[in-house]
Amino acid sequence: MSYTAAVAVGVAGALVLDLLVLRTRLVVRRAFWTAYAICLLFQLLVNGVLTGRGLVTYAPRTIAGVRLAYAPVEDLAFGFSLVLQTLAWWVWWGRRARQARTSPGTATDPRRAVPTRTRRSSTP
Amino acid sequence: MLYLLVLLACVVVTLPLELVLGVRVYRRPLRLLLTLAPVFVVFVGWDALAIHAGQWSYHRLTGVHIGDVPLEELLFFLVIPTCAVLTLEAVRRTKPSWRIDEDADG
Repeated sequence: MSYTAAVAVGVAGALVLDLLVLRTRLVVRRAFWTAYAICLLFQLLVNGVLTGRGLVTYAPRTIAGVRLAYAPVEDLAFGFSLVLQTLAWWVWWGRRARQARTSPGTATDPRRAVPTRTRRSSTP
Repeated sequence: MLYLLVLLACVVVTLPLELVLGVRVYRRPLRLLLTLAPVFVVFVGWDALAIHAGQWSYHRLTGVHIGDVPLEELLFFLVIPTCAVLTLEAVRRTKPSWRIDEDADG
């Protein structure tokens, strides 16, 4: 499998993790895309140093050949997959910790669920 | 050494987010560890496969390896995800109205 094909799998896997497995749905959130944009700027810088100074080299046969700030364009997809997977796990663990704090009882005691519902309906 | 210095710079540059902005990422070590673990396994695995397949190679590193994977790469997959988490929490701290979870408090 070429690096080009591998990053396609990597991005698809990250989307599946975010939307279907953990259901964190970060890709529909402004906070995620803002954080990703900041990460992307720094990625171009860091990746530019690592590839521009020849610390990391890529076999020409494995990449499409388009480069951005010295690095193959596939690295952008690699970085996106890395950031999305990381943040999906982070948000998911946060949600679990919160649920553990607010329950036991959320599922069995309807009164405990009321504040959650109120909060949800009050947010756009 | 340059690779290690770049990673060190990433840690140093993002440190004010924890120390000044107070995003409380390093202060939630279990959650951070549980976040890093699956990502580390997936991406070090990917890295090892790519190195083995000759897709990319490394030069002028410390020379310390675990299997095929250089020490710098192992650290990369701890440092960069941590920076990403710090960035997200900084955005959330700066823009509290940008919720990322329907029933989230923060």
